[in-house]
Amino acid sequence: MPEQLLWGMEIVMNGLMTGVLYALVALGFVLIFKASGIFNFSQGVMALFAALTLVGIMEGRVPFSHLIKAVSGVSVHHFGWNVPAFAAILLTMAVMVLLAWLVNRFIFRHLVGQEPIILFMATIGLAYFLEGFGDIMWGSDIKKLDVGLPEGINDTIDEVTFNLLGYGFFIDNLDLWATFVAVLLVIALVMFAQYSKHGRAMRAVADDHQAALSVGINLNFIWVMVWSLAGFVALVAGIMWGSKSGVQFSLSLIALKALPVLMLGGFTSIPGAIVGGLIIGVGEKLFEFIIGPMVGGATENWFAYVLALIFLVFRPQGLFGEKIIERV
Amino acid sequence: MSVMDQETSVTADGRTIGGVLMEMRNISLRFGGVKAITDISFDIREGEIRAIIGPNGAGKSSMLNVISGFYVPQEGEVWYKGAVRPRMRPFEVARQGIARTFQNIALFEGMSVLDNVMTGRLNHMTTGLLSQAIWKGKAEQEEIENREVAEKIIDFLEIQHIRKTPVSRLPYGLKKRVELARALVAQPSLLLLDEPMAGMNVEEKEDMSRFILDVNDEFGTTIALIEHDMGVVMDLSDRVVVMDYGKKIGDGTPDEVRNNQAVIDAYLGIAHD
Repeated sequence: MPEQLLWGMEIVMNGLMTGVLYALVALGFVLIFKASGIFNFSQGVMALFAALTLVGIMEGRVPFSHLIKAVSGVSVHHFGWNVPAFAAILLTMAVMVLLAWLVNRFIFRHLVGQEPIILFMATIGLAYFLEGFGDIMWGSDIKKLDVGLPEGINDTIDEVTFNLLGYGFFIDNLDLWATFVAVLLVIALVMFAQYSKHGRAMRAVADDHQAALSVGINLNFIWVMVWSLAGFVALVAGIMWGSKSGVQFSLSLIALKALPVLMLGGFTSIPGAIVGGLIIGVGEKLFEFIIGPMVGGATENWFAYVLALIFLVFRPQGLFGEKIIERV
Repeated sequence: MSVMDQETSVTADGRTIGGVLMEMRNISLRFGGVKAITDISFDIREGEIRAIIGPNGAGKSSMLNVISGFYVPQEGEVWYKGAVRPRMRPFEVARQGIARTFQNIALFEGMSVLDNVMTGRLNHMTTGLLSQAIWKGKAEQEEIENREVAEKIIDFLEIQHIRKTPVSRLPYGLKKRVELARALVAQPSLLLLDEPMAGMNVEEKEDMSRFILDVNDEFGTTIALIEHDMGVVMDLSDRVVVMDYGKKIGDGTPDEVRNNQAVIDAYLGIAHD
């Protein structure tokens, strides 16, 4: 087999795995959008915040230590203990649920029935608040996140492909894990939305508030639940991205990559978020590989957005979105 | 025949009317300076069909919203099953066994008919999120039971053929029926119907009347309904409350109401006879 083709295959596989991570972030958007009609701009920052909190808890950092020092002059940075990854993840999830409750109680409960653009603006505000809050709480240095996921090249794949094709594929263990976790998460979310009592209630709330109340659904409970779910997805995405590239504030920018994913997949479709993520992941890697050298590289920065633009022109509802039919 | 003074009674067509299920005591409701309801009292007995009628803007819908908890009256008490109902949110009222439909239909447009109807069973699902995941068997059993109730009601209201159709594709009359089905599967103690016949043609009205009577007859469901169409109301209901400008001007059997001078003046006075 020609070498170029083998390289291409390797790139596609790596692209698929990056795509899964994009899909993870996009999924958080879709969930909230489906259940509350809110386009949650803060999803990326939520992932950052979750990752920051997780690192902070694991390493026993004292929250607001810089603030404490500035106000009282007391310098405490570490509690002096380490929390095991599993317990820290549970604690972080508890923080995300608390955050969900606060967001609902102090922001969105007061905006019931407002225009979507108002709700969208509120999430932008939330994004900036959360980014600043995360900074004050945990500091702005780049943190290493290690929850015990295997990293580095997967030797089995390297060996098997080398024996079969004469060329060993380089696949990162972390990417494999991310893919596995993402697939599990998606299956669980779809099952939850389609078959569970609360999933049905969630879909009902998304559709009609009044009708939902009349069948005995507690709107506030469902909203807190949806924001908690988004927090959970953000935590998973934060762990994966954080393990890959460290927990840093540019993490919140991955949310921007989720936008073209959503335009491709459609804002209301869970499978759409996944397929969209995969297409963008593979597309940008292949494009960089094939076209990149001709235009001087760095195409990964803009490829996704151009693709999304093309989709907006020809298929504005995305691949899987609900068809927009205007009745005259 | 008056049922006002007895504990239980039997109607001319053989249905049993029980004791007081719900009682409104001196209800007043204001929106800012606008008085929607002024000092109204009436009761609803178990097993009866109770109508609230009145001209446009009489406060009928407001009254229904008070009963279902969507509005909270400034004055007065709501008695339900022999006790004062504390201040409650609408979903809590629904959980107490009061189901309702809406004047301008509130269905989950994106879901199928069956899914819509199944949402009416949400409060009959006791297993929580975790147990649904862990004891799959129990949750499945419950789902099957709920499905059976739903299918029974769907058959009863003759909407089997559209079970899987998304609600948004249905014509108006069928949507009204789906909404009734969703309210019914909750097996409510009290069913509230907000203008069930509004905007329907004669044939659809006849169908709906038949369903309302059948529901009451078959399941013994207590029904309180608001309706514009006088003819329909008089044929359907056991007792009628008449409202005008937020006040009660008549209360009794259809015959009594028909002969009430205040009612004739306010509502029927302009009848073309």
